[in-house]
Amino acid sequence: MHIPDGFINGATSAGFGVAAAGGLGAAIKQTGRYLSDRQIPLAGLVAAFVFAAQMVNFPVTAGVSGHLLGGVLAAILVGPWAGFVVLSVVVIVQGFLFADGGLTALGLNITNMALIGAVGGYAIYRVLLRALPRDSRGVIISAGIAAGVSVPLAAMGFFVQYVIGGTASISLGTVLTALLTTQVLIGIGEGIITALVIATVVRSRADLVYGAPQFTGERTEALT
Amino acid sequence: MKDNKRVFLVGLLVTLVIAVVVAQFASSSPDGLEHVAEDQGFAGSAAGHDLADSPLAGYGENLSDSGSLNTAVSGVIGVVATLALGYGIFWLARRTNRPPHRET
Repeated sequence: MHIPDGFINGATSAGFGVAAAGGLGAAIKQTGRYLSDRQIPLAGLVAAFVFAAQMVNFPVTAGVSGHLLGGVLAAILVGPWAGFVVLSVVVIVQGFLFADGGLTALGLNITNMALIGAVGGYAIYRVLLRALPRDSRGVIISAGIAAGVSVPLAAMGFFVQYVIGGTASISLGTVLTALLTTQVLIGIGEGIITALVIATVVRSRADLVYGAPQFTGERTEALT
Repeated sequence: MKDNKRVFLVGLLVTLVIAVVVAQFASSSPDGLEHVAEDQGFAGSAAGHDLADSPLAGYGENLSDSGSLNTAVSGVIGVVATLALGYGIFWLARRTNRPPHRET
């Protein structure tokens, strides 16, 4: 899922870099408005959890693996804007500490994983939740489906970047088909893992889950 | 008052177990994007990473002869780094963008 340097030309990468930096600034600002002080350590922990989960590549087909993106998971736990920040933190640490994901591709990766994966995925989750019972089961099912859809959606982000500034001259149709077939399979893994983690947290502490109807958060506390 | 400290400690323990133990069983096959790039013949357009020679590059693949030790060390360092950076940014976000309200 992490785009290396060189796949997308410099101008396009720089453009997405500027956009992602602006997006991260806006996300931090939004997060500051709703996150309560007591949630700060937990939000930091969500970043660490997504990092750890992304280390675990699971096999999808012969010779192909995938790993959790974690955007929907993070957004449901701490809200879409904090989710944007979480995924950005993960991508930045991976790029600078572990040489995973190109440094010039940071903006591309943040766009796909933080903006599309977390914020976009959360929007899908909210729509699904409206159609399902507003209980734990509705939350878990919506989380799983939204997470599953978010993976091919994030891959579409890469495809758009490839259309704009891809350095190779491979037919777009072929790349699109290949991307979709692998990412849909990875999305199934994403959906299952997200549903399991959300189920565990919602069943024990739904009051901590931003995206759950039972969320008490301390948004109320912040208003007192 | 519900105990968030316990949630944090349990969550941190689970996170470390994933990064240190479960990550040992990670598939080493190329991931979806790498696979498509290889299959479609544009993997070669990838440039070398600017920090490819840093000690932890590739999740510490050149740290020692033991792959499991390299993964474990990278896992712990990565968890601590993401936790610290995440905590720091969220703390700053809260500091600088506190909505106007009466201090209690």
